[in-house]
Amino acid sequence: MSDAVLTLSHLHKSFGALQATHDVSLDLKAGEIHALIGPNGAGKSTLIGQITGHLMPDRGEVRLAGENITALSVAQRARRGLGRSFQVSSLADSLSVLRNVMIAVQGLQGHSFHFWKPVHRDASLVEPARAAIARMQLESRAETPVSELSHGERRQVEVACALALKPRALLLDEPMAGLGPEGSARLTELLEELKHEVPILLIEHDMDAVFRLADRISVLVAGQVIAHGVSDEIRANPLVREAYLGD
Amino acid sequence: MTRLHKGALDKTPGATPVPMPRIQRETWVNWALLGLLLLAPMIANALGEVYYVNLATRIAIVTMAAVGLNLAIGYGGMISFGHAAFFGLGGYVAGISAFHAFDMTPVLSWPITMPGTDNLLVIWLVAMLSCAVLALVIGAISLRTSGVYFIMITLAFAQMIYYFAVSWPTYGGEDGLPIYLRNQFPGLDTNDPLTFFLICFAALVLALAITARLMQSRFGAALTMARLNETRLATAGIAPYPIRLVAFVISAVITGLAGALFADLNGFVGASMLSWHRSGEIMVIVILGGVGRLYGPLSGAMLFVLMETLLGGLTEYWLLFLGLILLFVVLFARGGVMGLLAGRARHE
Repeated sequence: MSDAVLTLSHLHKSFGALQATHDVSLDLKAGEIHALIGPNGAGKSTLIGQITGHLMPDRGEVRLAGENITALSVAQRARRGLGRSFQVSSLADSLSVLRNVMIAVQGLQGHSFHFWKPVHRDASLVEPARAAIARMQLESRAETPVSELSHGERRQVEVACALALKPRALLLDEPMAGLGPEGSARLTELLEELKHEVPILLIEHDMDAVFRLADRISVLVAGQVIAHGVSDEIRANPLVREAYLGD
Repeated sequence: MTRLHKGALDKTPGATPVPMPRIQRETWVNWALLGLLLLAPMIANALGEVYYVNLATRIAIVTMAAVGLNLAIGYGGMISFGHAAFFGLGGYVAGISAFHAFDMTPVLSWPITMPGTDNLLVIWLVAMLSCAVLALVIGAISLRTSGVYFIMITLAFAQMIYYFAVSWPTYGGEDGLPIYLRNQFPGLDTNDPLTFFLICFAALVLALAITARLMQSRFGAALTMARLNETRLATAGIAPYPIRLVAFVISAVITGLAGALFADLNGFVGASMLSWHRSGEIMVIVILGGVGRLYGPLSGAMLFVLMETLLGGLTEYWLLFLGLILLFVVLFARGGVMGLLAGRARHE
């Protein structure tokens, strides 16, 4: 367990009588992509909320690089190196792509109480932001307001924002959705390359991508991890086939 | 927090995605408005029309109060309905200081002896510091809430201070406090209407310049993101609360300084400067001019004060007409006067 970057241990979360998360433990190791799959209503969003700090677990612990971050806020977790993308893209629509990514760079540098120097002339903000945008092959859209981007492009901006944070662990919530086959293939390539820099916890519905990318897969059904293993094990697991793959 | 989705509101379907000419047009409109405000009282002064010089001074001061509120509402998305607290506090600092300077009595005799003063530089500094402290307290509590609750809690704080002023007989209570001699600026004759106008005008230009610069800085970028998408800001590792709080304090300081100038213009400070009508008036000016536009408060204040003077001279029901105009702006011209003059807001 020593090389685990992100560890969830025995997380529990209930909403009234509904047990949305029941004794979930999993970890994310350096250099891997760990996919979390599960049917709709399995409690994926609730679990993500507890990892990112939008929700507090009733019991259990979240650790990032050995540090207990269970009680920290969203912003504090981000500062400690938890990058994420949202299922429904969460960007400032009226601002340009560049401005959206620059905020992540600014957060990484930790200096937001600077009142004088204009950000658009601040190379220490603009350069890393442009690099993250280039990595997502969005250079031509850098000055475009997010409101004018396609659904898939917004997803890519989300990932660019997460990358600009130079995270220790990356949580991607359905990054392939809306991308189309070509974009999907490109992103798959990028994630394969990226995992050597930062381990990725991938929540994804695109099963082809999951089976191709994931080093390990955990299957969440009704708030519980019912199976866990490498791709072939999961594909062959009768419980999973019954609960999820629809056989 | 109630966010004003400015970009979304200003966007008309089919609008050309070419912001460049509009930027120039807005800048041009800004300079024209500012030039008008500067030149009109100079001409009036040359013609011996002191009344109009004072009217321009009033516009400059009210604009400045709205510039402060615009930072909170327009740029920060914090709909404060209690900015009269800061406007009035600034006014009372000027009034109380002048009162003691005139009486030759100390403002405080314990724990330290603090004499009254008629030096504007000292008064402004004290007014701004007092407003900063008050805004820190009000903001720290109010910013825990959002939406309608934030509006109501800022109103509640302002009303508390209003009733406190009304019930404090030392400084005039309900009757207010006259400033017999206008406070003095070293080396200038503040009793000269044009000189006093120029002082207020300079303060306004400074407030505009500071706001413009601030909104281009890292702090401004964070504040903009706190308004547009709080979650995005937090995900970037920046906590929205302290950003908002500091913006609220700066906003209050600007409005407070305007209040100090206002008391000196009128030679009087009363509880009316603290009343919720005043908060509403400053908010109306921000909305009339164009929320979140740097020079919105100037166009809003010009329209407001001119209507108050011209229509108010014709009928005591002038507020009815103001209401109709406000209704029109809110329903049909979300960009306010600036939206009409300079087109939709540019992309940041």
